[in-house]
Amino acid sequence: MLYDVTINGKNHRLELNRAGERWLCRLDARELEIDALLVRPHVLSLRIGNLAYEIKSERSENGLQLWIGSACFSAEVSDPRSLRSRSRAKEDQGPRKITASMPGKVVRLLVQAGDSIEAGMGIIVVEAMKMQNEIKSPKKGKVEKILVSPGTAVNAGDVMAIID
Amino acid sequence: MFKKILIANRGEIAVRVLRACREMGIPAAVVYSDADRASLHVRKADEAYPIGPAAASESYLNIPKILDVARRSGADAIHPGYGFLSENAKFAQACSDAGIKFIGPTAEAMEALGSKTRARQAMEKAHVRLVPGTSRGVESNEEAEKVAAKIGYPVMLKAAAGGGGKGMRLVHSAGELKSALEAARSEAARSFGDDEVYIEKAIVNPRHIEMQVLADEHGNTVYLGERECSLQRRHQKVLEEAPSAIVDPDMRRRMGETAVRVAKAANYTNAGTVEFLVDHDKNFYFLEMNTRLQVEHPVTELVTGLDLVHLQIRIAAGEKLPFEQEDIQIRGHAIECRIYAEDPDNNYFPSPGKINLLLEPSGPGIRLDGGTYEGWSVPIDYDPLLAKLIGYGADREQTISRLSRALDEYFIGGIKTNVSLFRRILRDEAFHAAKLDTGFLDRMLKQAEIKTPDTQAAEIAAIAAGLFAALNQTDQGMSVITGDRRPPDNPESCWKKAGRQEALR
Repeated sequence: MLYDVTINGKNHRLELNRAGERWLCRLDARELEIDALLVRPHVLSLRIGNLAYEIKSERSENGLQLWIGSACFSAEVSDPRSLRSRSRAKEDQGPRKITASMPGKVVRLLVQAGDSIEAGMGIIVVEAMKMQNEIKSPKKGKVEKILVSPGTAVNAGDVMAIID
Repeated sequence: MFKKILIANRGEIAVRVLRACREMGIPAAVVYSDADRASLHVRKADEAYPIGPAAASESYLNIPKILDVARRSGADAIHPGYGFLSENAKFAQACSDAGIKFIGPTAEAMEALGSKTRARQAMEKAHVRLVPGTSRGVESNEEAEKVAAKIGYPVMLKAAAGGGGKGMRLVHSAGELKSALEAARSEAARSFGDDEVYIEKAIVNPRHIEMQVLADEHGNTVYLGERECSLQRRHQKVLEEAPSAIVDPDMRRRMGETAVRVAKAANYTNAGTVEFLVDHDKNFYFLEMNTRLQVEHPVTELVTGLDLVHLQIRIAAGEKLPFEQEDIQIRGHAIECRIYAEDPDNNYFPSPGKINLLLEPSGPGIRLDGGTYEGWSVPIDYDPLLAKLIGYGADREQTISRLSRALDEYFIGGIKTNVSLFRRILRDEAFHAAKLDTGFLDRMLKQAEIKTPDTQAAEIAAIAAGLFAALNQTDQGMSVITGDRRPPDNPESCWKKAGRQEALR
């Protein structure tokens, strides 16, 4: 199996092949033999040589995160041969969805459909747990569509607006 | 003893009280709002009664609804926990009128201590040392200027009905007084429906130390030692410990006796806490009395070996305190971390959501009082306290090392928590030296945290990322390759999934 892995913004090429109970692993130019056990969903026990590690994985609105002890790494994994990965490179140029990061209620809209906006500009104010949070635009562009109005209840992951 | 106890609360404290009821063999009923059907206290209770919408004013704060449940369930006592109705004198009175025992002080004692100005008047009479200032609200700007000039700047403006830092303003000079007074007044009126504001001398960077008291209904009142609560953010406690590093046996006795005098002056019964401000010369001043079980009561339980909730219930049932002051010994050291669902990278903004992985610490000297479980969604409607992680050891150093170890075992996945804040506090040199005051946390958080990138760990993370994908693919026949951010509980056609997987080959 071949993967493109990005850890905290740094790219690695990873090749994994099962060898009986173990895995033969080539990370960039290094070769390692690894004993890996998924002890429960999201928790991986690794032995590299005799060094033991426990790694927890967590998926949030910010993508995949891996924890080794108290250190946290943001990770992206893709199969370089898959169709989706090949087309993903273009995604940043296309329209972007603005999603709610936590359940709450829309308080205010700061822009209207059709407005031109800069990256980092506030778009929507969402209230959750009695605090207001300004949702910012991830890119420069135009507000294509707004799908909520003041008072709308949103869940984490709900699309609230589209920026092109 | 009571036939049945109704717990008028939710979250970890409802679970804490439920556990005490179980231990004492008393059946327990709970109430829950629409947002809490799946909450742990409902799962663990003997009886559970819905009381309406998520908004606290329509459920956990609704006195008629709670009394109705008490009647229907046949409960003869109500434990209010902390927050919600726990310090509401009207509720205590309504319970007593309905013939149901309120596990806490009487309405009269609450009223005497509930307003900060009224409490100051009572304490002056009982010869308890107060922070210099007025014992009644200031009427006008002129009066405020006169008082402030007399006690000397800086001064603190405080709402008489206040709490949680609302209606509070620190004033450094006469020029700032007028606008600060107006701001404090309007904030007090908005938050508490009462714009009474009084003036106190501001003690710069004090310690916040409180004394636990217990009083039975036969005139016996004892103190159970102090808790150091100086680590605060926005006037909210974050970490508490017992004993305090600066309190020696003589100071403990003087503070304890003062606290007992405060309680007796108000005819106080049941568990309560007297809060003091302590200045650099270890002078202590009465601040206020909290007429409830405190969030941080476990640290006192660990160093005294007593169970405060058991004792609350026994006192309310009319029993005498089973010990005297001389029997109370402080042994070892305990520290509590309040684990909140909040995002350290986003100014500690609340972070509700679903807990999809929960690994809880255990082992020597570790107590975890929680109200969560894996798979539970933290509701957006209430205080986001998830659990209290409490460490106990022979001394402060051992307690710190046990807690640090436990924090490394603790993993709460799916939501953001402040666990990393405690790792940082427990590493801090000034914390190890017990150089604490109420400005400690703000100063610590202003310093940038030094993070050294660990390239070796990053490589292990890269390998793990691939293995997670590979193992999930081979073991479960499904791919976890990223890019797909659809919520996992969204039903998806098996045909579509199979088709997608084919496309990946």
